[in-house]
Amino acid sequence: MKAPLHALHAHELRAAVVGGEVSAREIVEAALARIGAVNPRLGAFTDVTPERALAKADEIDARRARGEKLGPLAGAPFAVKNLFDVEGLPTRAGSKINRERAPARCDATLIARMEAADAILVGALNMGEYAYDFTGENAHDGPSRNPHDLAHMTGGSSGGSGAAVAGGLAPVALGSDTNGSIRVPSSLCGIFGLKPTYGRLSRAGSFPFVASLDHLGPFARSVVDLAASYDAMQGADPDDPAQSPRAFEPVAHAIEAGLDGLRIARLGGYFAHGGEPEAHEAVDRVARALNVERTVEFPEAERARASAYLITMVEGAALHAGRLRTRALDFDADVRDRLIAGAMLPGGWVVKAQKLRRWYRDRVLEIFRDVDVVLAPATPTRAPRIGQKTFVLDGQEMLVRPNMGLFTQPISFIGLPVCAVPLWTDGERLPIGVQVIAPPWREDLALRVARVLERAGVARAPVGAAA
Amino acid sequence: MTDSGFDADALIDAMLPLLGLALPEGSRPVVKLHLETAERLARLVVAFPLDDESEPAPVFTP
Repeated sequence: MKAPLHALHAHELRAAVVGGEVSAREIVEAALARIGAVNPRLGAFTDVTPERALAKADEIDARRARGEKLGPLAGAPFAVKNLFDVEGLPTRAGSKINRERAPARCDATLIARMEAADAILVGALNMGEYAYDFTGENAHDGPSRNPHDLAHMTGGSSGGSGAAVAGGLAPVALGSDTNGSIRVPSSLCGIFGLKPTYGRLSRAGSFPFVASLDHLGPFARSVVDLAASYDAMQGADPDDPAQSPRAFEPVAHAIEAGLDGLRIARLGGYFAHGGEPEAHEAVDRVARALNVERTVEFPEAERARASAYLITMVEGAALHAGRLRTRALDFDADVRDRLIAGAMLPGGWVVKAQKLRRWYRDRVLEIFRDVDVVLAPATPTRAPRIGQKTFVLDGQEMLVRPNMGLFTQPISFIGLPVCAVPLWTDGERLPIGVQVIAPPWREDLALRVARVLERAGVARAPVGAAA
Repeated sequence: MTDSGFDADALIDAMLPLLGLALPEGSRPVVKLHLETAERLARLVVAFPLDDESEPAPVFTP
């Protein structure tokens, strides 16, 4: 092994376990020690599960000793945003209120699938309250901090997931993305994140936010790990009524296919302005690396974003209506006041937004007849400072919290699969991401392009120096 | 009152009893800001022409 255990990718750890260079127990003990040492400054984990992790590690080591075949993620620690049910823990979903719930009686489907592939759960991760957040700041558990500069945000709402992976506390983490909550922390923390197609991965055993838009997916520091985790989690689940009936479509091998035959374009119009220069320069660099000269436009992207915004406000408010009446003072005030506003919006706005969603999807699918992958910025800026409430975009002062999703919302609105890839600029401590976007059900294409960028060194995800 | 004539205070006062909600101290200006943002975005959505026959995105499968 060429690096300390915490800096290794999941696929490297698996190779070391299978090859007998290290035991799963040694990996878990090292991970727990690093979490103990580093987490107090990162705020990534809210719960650590050492007994469970060591028991799983011993089981893997015993199976190896008996000569049994090990799973594709054997020995790799992973952690989950704390809206995933973890047996024995109350699913707090970043809130004060939900931590009074009874402990979960079983794991979320995706945790069970990761462990069936011999990954090892080491704990649950910090997040913005009820996932209504793009900052990674939590009023009850404190902020998750950016492993590349502790004074800056991780982004959210899967902030702990970003901090854990970028901080070398776990090679893989799971999170959720309703309007950008996987892609925003991937961008701000400089890691790879996959938001699969809407309806692809089971949401069973996760605390919801906006049923129309919620997705779950993985984060990692390598595209190979992202693909292996995604493959491990695919498959039909009768416990998720929103899941689409799709066959298992593995991508692990497909990601090595290179660019041959791929038609790639950058998104113009709405996506070509509105961010800081570095957001658009990052897209320029990816486009140059891939020899992309075409630009295509998703029509009415601004209205698409507006529609996602309204659906989120109304569905989120409906979910929390009872708690707003009885527990208003126990919410994070920033989250609560957005939810209260959402409860007051006319129903007709949301029906129109859902009609516009179908119209927009049909137009975008037409565009995907002539192009396989499109590129767009992931966030309008690098990570703002923790506590920063506003920023200036295109000369206009805006709130950070709702507006970090400017470029992610019109994409998840119609459930397109996206791999966020991290880019670095010499002399800058903080990264920024680009969205590699594919047509529905073609996660393989987004990951293939991400893998090309990773192999070329254009996109990379080092462990944060401040961690 | 916004430029479009939207009075968020009036909406808040009308809706609170209907929803059974009380505004926590200091919340009103923030809720107003969120309502005004939503109203601005909704104008974009509502103004977009779509046929009566256009279907909303979610489809229920019995």
